[in-house]
Amino acid sequence: MTIQEIQEEIVDEFSMFDDWMQRYEYIIELGKSLPLIEEQYKTDNYSIKGCQSKVWVHADEQDDKIVFTADSDAILTKGIIAILIRTFSGHTPQEILDANTDFIDEIGLKEHLSPTRANGLVSMIKQIKMYALAYQAKH
Amino acid sequence: MIDIQKIRADFPILNQQVNGKPLVYFDNGATAQKPLVVIDAIEKYYKEINANIHRGVHTLSQLATDAYEVSRNAIQKHVNAKHNHEIIFTAGTTFGINLVANGFAALLKEGDEVMVSHLEHHSNIVPWQLLCERTGAKLVVIPMNDKGELNLEEFEKLLSDNVKVVAVNHISNALGTVNPIKEIIKKAHKVGAAVLIDGAQAAPHLKPDVQDLDCDFYAFSGHKVCGPTGIGVLYGKEEWLRKLPPYQGGGEMIAEVTFEKTTYADLPHKFEAGTPNIAGGIVLGTAIDYLNEVGFDNIAVYEQELLDYATEKLLQIEGLRIYGTSEHKASVISFNIEGIHPYDIGTIVDKLGVAVRTGHHCAQPIMQYFNIPGTIRASFAFYNTKEEIDIFVEAVKKAKTMLS
Repeated sequence: MTIQEIQEEIVDEFSMFDDWMQRYEYIIELGKSLPLIEEQYKTDNYSIKGCQSKVWVHADEQDDKIVFTADSDAILTKGIIAILIRTFSGHTPQEILDANTDFIDEIGLKEHLSPTRANGLVSMIKQIKMYALAYQAKH
Repeated sequence: MIDIQKIRADFPILNQQVNGKPLVYFDNGATAQKPLVVIDAIEKYYKEINANIHRGVHTLSQLATDAYEVSRNAIQKHVNAKHNHEIIFTAGTTFGINLVANGFAALLKEGDEVMVSHLEHHSNIVPWQLLCERTGAKLVVIPMNDKGELNLEEFEKLLSDNVKVVAVNHISNALGTVNPIKEIIKKAHKVGAAVLIDGAQAAPHLKPDVQDLDCDFYAFSGHKVCGPTGIGVLYGKEEWLRKLPPYQGGGEMIAEVTFEKTTYADLPHKFEAGTPNIAGGIVLGTAIDYLNEVGFDNIAVYEQELLDYATEKLLQIEGLRIYGTSEHKASVISFNIEGIHPYDIGTIVDKLGVAVRTGHHCAQPIMQYFNIPGTIRASFAFYNTKEEIDIFVEAVKKAKTMLS
């Protein structure tokens, strides 16, 4: 699936819920499916600044595609990063860099995040794109 | 006695819904809500007497100046200061502490010591660290115990002639501990140290008597005592305020300016450079009058009831731990639930209409002591109710179920 298709799929999933409570429960569920980062990478080098809870993201290259793993000490944050990783993981650096992130607004995530969390979300997306940029530069 | 229905009618903001639920505002430690008399007084000032103060001969300027000074007198009376010129209007507690710390740069030298406590808000740590960097003085920390109380034995051991300033809070913002400041002040004075009390969290709950406490400085913020933001008070003993150099230069704080030399205005204007927050200063007096009308004795009794009730209810939740378990506490409960991040709980209870603070509460050393990323902090005011505590406890339970 392309990034675009995955995003549409996520928007679809979220459209099934009529209240924020169900959305949160789903985000928590998604958090549990997060591909976890190896313990050795849970260091400052891999942590994302701008989040009020701790978040670590690691990127690996497999067959020209970037595979992300992550973790957080807060469950909702884990769910949010899981959504991002599901979207971006397994794609080429160029695809990741070209992707827009409007789907975040469409699933109503931002409006349910406090400004500090929303800033954290922006930082996470930025970090993912930075990894893509770094891998692209390597080639 | 608190007539809660009457009091709640004074606070229009409480009567609303957030996220489709009735608002339960338990973030009073961050800022207090404003009663109608305060909101009206702001409007009245701008509609009727707005003018610059202490300089015009025209009528409006006189009216505004009078109102500003009436407020200063009300605050003097409120904290029982000896003179009204010992009351300096500031932008808030942080500003007041910085004013004093900055002034001490002229009085300290290498080898001197500045003492703070483990329980301080960053605002009562960082200005002193900056002072130490500038002067070569050393920062010394009064340790705390597992209940969130200061260790007074250690404090006495740390005291020496080298200690020039002791800066502690009256009440801890993160844990709610009421510190034995009278004792601390007395002991610090024995070695000749000046004592600054950060009263930001105490001012909403009690009436400080600066002469009885015998503190040298006492700082608090207007917005936490139902007044506007951007205004605060620094009380300083006259002799200390005369010793300290001005903090900022500008209009209002001068006696005479020539290019060769400027002489400074007398107290309190020496520390009030520039056009002050006139509306804020005037309305802070209104807010303090309002609180005194409610009565601090009534507030203390009522808030203790809320604290006891909430503590009991919260402790019934399995896995919940309260940080700050001193017998002497203000109506603040800082807690975590085992295995759940405070942000997760804060986010869910917000959706249920409850406003609490989550995080390190600008007191990271306390979080480091307990080895936690932060806590959920519920802080109650005299306009809160037991019914609201019930809603809050149910919200925490629901969050716990969702998140575990």
